[in-house]
Amino acid sequence: MFSSLAHPWTAGESLGEHLERRGVSRRDFLEFCGGLCAVLGLGKAAGVRMAEALQAVKRPSVVWIQLQECTGCVESVIRTAEPTIGNLVLDTISLDFSHTLMAAAGHQAEEALQTAMAENMGQYLLIVTGSVPLNDGGVYLTIAGRTARTILEEAAAGAAAVIAVGACAHWGSVQAARPNPTGAVGVSDIIKDKPVLNIAGCPPIGDVVTATVAHYLMFGRLPATDGDGRPLFAYGARIHDQCPRRANFDAGQFVEQFDDDNARKAWCLYHVGCKGPATFSPCPIFQWNGGTDWPIGAGHPCIGCTERNFWDTMSPFYDRLPDVGGFGIEQNVDLIGAALAAGATAGVATHAVMTAMHQRKLRRELPVMDAPGAGNVPPSTTPSGKE
Amino acid sequence: MAATKIVVDPITRIEGHLRIEAQAEAGRISNAWASSTQFRGIEIIMQGRDPRDAWAFTQRICGVCTVVHAVASCRAVEDALGIVIPPNANLIRNLVHGMQFIQDHVIHFYHLHALDWVDVVSALDADPAETARIARSISPWPNNSASYFADVKERIRTFVASGQLGIFANGYWGHPAYKLPPAVNLLAVAHYLEALDWQRDVIRLHTIFGGKNPHPNFLVGGMACAINLEDTGTINAESLVDIQGMIRRARAFVEQVYWPDLVAIAGYYKEWAAIGGGVRHFLSVGEFPEGDLADLDKLYFPRGIILDGDLSTVHPYDQQQVKEYITSSWYEYEAGDAAGLHPWEGETKAKYTGPPPPFDYLQGLDKYTWMKAPRYEGRPMQVGPLARMLVSFASGHAEVTEIVRATLGALDVGPAALFSTLGRTAARGMETVLLARRMEAWFDQLIARIKGGDTATFTGDHWDPSTWPSTAQGYGFLDAPRGALGHWVQIRDGKVSRYQCVVPSTWNCSPRDGDGQMGPYEASLVDNHPLVRPDQPLEILRTIHSFDPCMACGVHVLDATGQPIVEVKVQ
Repeated sequence: MFSSLAHPWTAGESLGEHLERRGVSRRDFLEFCGGLCAVLGLGKAAGVRMAEALQAVKRPSVVWIQLQECTGCVESVIRTAEPTIGNLVLDTISLDFSHTLMAAAGHQAEEALQTAMAENMGQYLLIVTGSVPLNDGGVYLTIAGRTARTILEEAAAGAAAVIAVGACAHWGSVQAARPNPTGAVGVSDIIKDKPVLNIAGCPPIGDVVTATVAHYLMFGRLPATDGDGRPLFAYGARIHDQCPRRANFDAGQFVEQFDDDNARKAWCLYHVGCKGPATFSPCPIFQWNGGTDWPIGAGHPCIGCTERNFWDTMSPFYDRLPDVGGFGIEQNVDLIGAALAAGATAGVATHAVMTAMHQRKLRRELPVMDAPGAGNVPPSTTPSGKE
Repeated sequence: MAATKIVVDPITRIEGHLRIEAQAEAGRISNAWASSTQFRGIEIIMQGRDPRDAWAFTQRICGVCTVVHAVASCRAVEDALGIVIPPNANLIRNLVHGMQFIQDHVIHFYHLHALDWVDVVSALDADPAETARIARSISPWPNNSASYFADVKERIRTFVASGQLGIFANGYWGHPAYKLPPAVNLLAVAHYLEALDWQRDVIRLHTIFGGKNPHPNFLVGGMACAINLEDTGTINAESLVDIQGMIRRARAFVEQVYWPDLVAIAGYYKEWAAIGGGVRHFLSVGEFPEGDLADLDKLYFPRGIILDGDLSTVHPYDQQQVKEYITSSWYEYEAGDAAGLHPWEGETKAKYTGPPPPFDYLQGLDKYTWMKAPRYEGRPMQVGPLARMLVSFASGHAEVTEIVRATLGALDVGPAALFSTLGRTAARGMETVLLARRMEAWFDQLIARIKGGDTATFTGDHWDPSTWPSTAQGYGFLDAPRGALGHWVQIRDGKVSRYQCVVPSTWNCSPRDGDGQMGPYEASLVDNHPLVRPDQPLEILRTIHSFDPCMACGVHVLDATGQPIVEVKVQ
């Protein structure tokens, strides 16, 4: 199979130049196009016009706009192992607008954006990081004097597809946490007329972003997603079901306090607040920074950052499920344990249930404030009677 | 001749959203306004949260400075609760923060700042053999052959020939302010690409200690990464030797690529040592505790203040003297716009009075930014690498003194050259060299402690909120890559009741105060500052980028009353 990554269009040559470099002569290419046109019933003579059109094909245009955000998602993509950002930008795509990396500023930057959108109308891939603040007419973010909403709507109008990268573009993230002072929302809250793919996480692993772009270039479509628009190839599995410490969970072997003897044996972090049982993320599979490690692997509980509203539903981060906002204090350990057991076998279906649970709590305030001391790690109780 | 009104928005190759407006006459900038156009309100969001979660929320202020708010927040909460972290945890935080500095400064130089000085298109005229000769004359770095540079040149040539210039489209190529010969431009472009690969490797130190980068994990009371040499899932010899390799490769790149390139490029732009100085007051809160955090004499970069560029005296810093003003900012105070408030008393109510978007100009308006104006005893302060190097130099810091003198000598300029756009860029390189070396000492100390039997990374003495007083307050300082940072936290009944950050870019990007004093960005743009082509803001980018702006960091807000949220409604 031809892979655009295995045979990159180095230096941004056109398809014709690319084929020539790979030993395909113009004559062969014309014959191929003529044959193709005959098959398509267009008549052989149309082959010349088709050859001209195909030969002009260039590296796909990617426009990356950054709205209300912290730039962490860009940094994450800059860390990707394969394809590297250098190969991506020079060989695979034409990154026609990038606030963080582009040479031009001010009017020249705006002009580059307008040119890229006009020349690739209906063709370019739009990547968005950052949320859109809607309160007070959008005054909480302007670029070149225009609101984030205006910029997003204009950029999305001509895009072939939209990829929302990171928790901010997904649903608003930290600035949308209670009480969401600026009215921050995600891309899919604004763009309704075309599919929006959500690369969840605060930030996501950079490789998920580049792999999604590669998927789009190789197969000509975006990857399949779950009910929250997250690609299944990355978010189809729950952390708890892929965790190397799962055996400790099943055996009732828990860290009770950071740096205790159990922490030094790398036991399960559930009792110190791990949200892995409620989180769908590729962290344990892809790992971070070229497969170096991942949060649980480095001894810290998962905070659930790939899930909607995790700042409110997964906090306090060191409190054990189910004593956190997303599940409500009315839930007891057995109920959650049952949900977890179902999750182990039902996978994505369970996720849909959990997502629904979260969305019912959407915009809900944090649970009633505990009395001082109530945030303490509760006495040791294991779910589902396992120990 | 009337002044030309200039707007540069967006300022690209920075973190966040910055708008610069200016007026220029006869090739010089005569007036300037710096406006931050993003507001998120994270400090409002902090209220009512568990203080042990605060590091994670405030870390998301910035994904470029991905360590600094988390550590400052942990320090503030630890200060409030009387927690002293174990020495190993402090060494690990130093290693993580140190690598943040090194990686961040190198990325800034090559990927954010270099295109202000390096003409990518001109590199196509380079003779790779000449580039190789220059490279070998300044550095023993292995990638210095003519064939290596010929490959890079060919890659760029075919890229440019494609007509799809991507991130290089609409650049200022051919602008007369570019001075480097083609061979040096090619050298810098080659290292632009190499640095992309290098940074991805060395930052993995964060992943081993903190699980990921960006946004590695931290912990009030220490670090979550347990040390056990006899386990597969903890910090052990395998992970430590990996870290040792990263520290070695970080130092090699800094000493053999970044620093020689910086000095070589600076040699072609010496006139920029007399441009863009701006505010001559400098603040460093000090960083890298090499003992107990409270022992300020054991900070690797010392704390202090320089006034009016006078390097003969280092003044003491007292956090009580920090006040924030909103005369030019889109907020209101109960006591009126003239008041200045210390962070403990800080109040903020967002009140946008700018023109409804879309708008053309903010210049001339009384209020024009989401950035507040912090002042120290009424003075604007410049913070960042230059402030650290000046305070260290004036304090008699041996390594800083040596590298400052050597650099001034190599460029054949006097100490006054430090107060400039070039001075800020050079100071960033100097401290990177020193930190790349210091990392080895911190690593060796960590190994020695483990060898001696101490593997503690966390203290749980005050983890349990039942051990906390009903009210507490703490101050967490940290000198970040971009400069002096402070987090102020107040805790009531186990929850955050008030949270306030004064951040490097708040100092540097601050607007005019009630006395009309410009902030450092603005003041530097009107200090002997050229602008050859008003429609091409290349020189403005040079000076603004020399500060390494981080706008998401700079804007913050606090609840107007400062009262804790103790009751919330459940739907």
